[in-house]
Amino acid sequence: MKYTSQAVAKPYFIAAIALFLGQILFGLIMGLQYVVGDFLFPAIPFNVARMVHTNLLIVWLLFGFMGASYYLIPEESETELYSPKLAILTFWIFLVAGAVTVLGYLLVPYASLAKWTGNDLLNTMGREFLEQPLPTKVGIVLVALSWLFNIVMTVLKGRKTAISLVLSLGMLGLAVFFLFSFYNPVNLVKDKFYWWWVVHLWVEGVWELILGAMLAFVLIKVTGVDREVIEKWLYVIITMTLVTGIIGTGHHYYWIGTPAYWQWWGSIFSALEPIPFFMMTVFAFNMVNKRRREHPNKAAVLWALGTSVMAFLGAGLWGFLHTLAPVNYYAHGTQLTAAHGHLAFYGAYALVVLTMISYAMPIMRGRAANSEKAQIMEMWSFWLMTIAMFFIALFLTGAGIVQIWLQRISNAPMSFMAVQDQISIFYWAREGAGLVFLIGLLLYIGSFFVKGESKAFE
Amino acid sequence: MSATFTKSMARNVFYGGGVFFFLLFLALTFDTMKVLPKRDNSQNITPAVEHGKKLWETNNCIGCHTLLGEGAYFAPELGNVYPRRGPDFIKAWIKGQPTGVPGRRQMPQFNLSDADIDDLIAFLKYASEINTNKWPPNIEG
Repeated sequence: MKYTSQAVAKPYFIAAIALFLGQILFGLIMGLQYVVGDFLFPAIPFNVARMVHTNLLIVWLLFGFMGASYYLIPEESETELYSPKLAILTFWIFLVAGAVTVLGYLLVPYASLAKWTGNDLLNTMGREFLEQPLPTKVGIVLVALSWLFNIVMTVLKGRKTAISLVLSLGMLGLAVFFLFSFYNPVNLVKDKFYWWWVVHLWVEGVWELILGAMLAFVLIKVTGVDREVIEKWLYVIITMTLVTGIIGTGHHYYWIGTPAYWQWWGSIFSALEPIPFFMMTVFAFNMVNKRRREHPNKAAVLWALGTSVMAFLGAGLWGFLHTLAPVNYYAHGTQLTAAHGHLAFYGAYALVVLTMISYAMPIMRGRAANSEKAQIMEMWSFWLMTIAMFFIALFLTGAGIVQIWLQRISNAPMSFMAVQDQISIFYWAREGAGLVFLIGLLLYIGSFFVKGESKAFE
Repeated sequence: MSATFTKSMARNVFYGGGVFFFLLFLALTFDTMKVLPKRDNSQNITPAVEHGKKLWETNNCIGCHTLLGEGAYFAPELGNVYPRRGPDFIKAWIKGQPTGVPGRRQMPQFNLSDADIDDLIAFLKYASEINTNKWPPNIEG
């Protein structure tokens, strides 16, 4: 570790992994509820489990992004973090707020939670992914601003690189677009229209800047390729991200009451959205092939390459699968969407955070890389989780295709619940793959405790 | 990439491209907001619809159902449940939950008053009359 303040990333990473485990456990509960409908009912109804599952995902990824930026920005800026104390304080505030919110979901009926937390003052709750009570939403804004402030102040007092600039822009966008979560008009069409300004412009916009910056940082470190080359790639990739992704928002505006011209804008631009992801794959493999050093952390290289491939498959290919308006007319709101959502979030965002943790954690623990044995275990966890998630996506894709056929295309369309019975075999298979994923995750956590001769710094 | 295309050129293309397409997006948004009143059925938003939407949100209906295709995929699409089932069926259904049939998916009992359920139904009726470019493909949603 070059700067002592980089160590504030450690609690962020540990919290991220713990919440990740929680997310997977709730995912398994929901997966079982798909086939054993009354499992844990009424203690944990599906909607509650889903809120916990998706909100934990968002929160652990944010912990990961924050930890990653507190680690990489001092190194990029060649100076200590502006305020490590603020970073630690923000960590505890975010962790406690997150925990209290999840407990609220689990222990209090949602309607009561809304009443007690001031939803009557400003209706913001009860919309997908934005279920957080008002105080939590305000807390997220404050945490994001504190993070942004700390990072920008650090960048300003030190060296300014393309990576830190892109990361800061991504964070600024994250904070700004989240503000639309406070706008919830009665007009359902407008509500949905601006809801996507948070959801789409996050995951298919500004988060990709954060992803690109993190990946570029790790690639510079593990390959030793010239910064000029890597940063040029970064700019080209994120240019394509914004060029395709911003108007690509239109692929959500086909059937929600918005004008039909969005079918053209959305189809054309979102069909191009795989391009930046494909470039990212080419970029990562190219840089590793041209490496000028053999970094002892082989696991980190694997995670980085895995991110580039799985992001392309999940976000790029599976996104393209149902993005054209004539296809989406049949695919909209089916298990196909769920397949894409799982593979894209895992491939792009879960993996990039795990890449960063894999690279930075050994260094924060005083070594260049973990022991051979620990790395082998870590790489096993990569393959188990990645293959399991790929199969989850395949099974959900199968479920989606049959669902579309039976419910929307066949001459005698069946009702939703009748179709669900027909496709239960896919849900059982998905749950099986989910269990393999959990084993992979436990192995991953276990790899942090494997002893052995670690690799010293050169 | 070739040496003639420098990093600073790449950066300028990034800024230019990002700003241009964001402005284009704003222009399309502006136009959408202008034509929306012809399509979004907002003339039928009554206090009952407004209250119904709030009940929809504060009971987290989107946590299981989709509405115009968005939400969770655990329970049926409700954007067109009004024409599919009609108000009486919807009311009886909400009141009769949970079914308690072993092994079947369960919807919680939300303890809504008759007036609340009527407002919720008013909201679902309003939602079903939004011009969605003929989505969903058929009445099953």
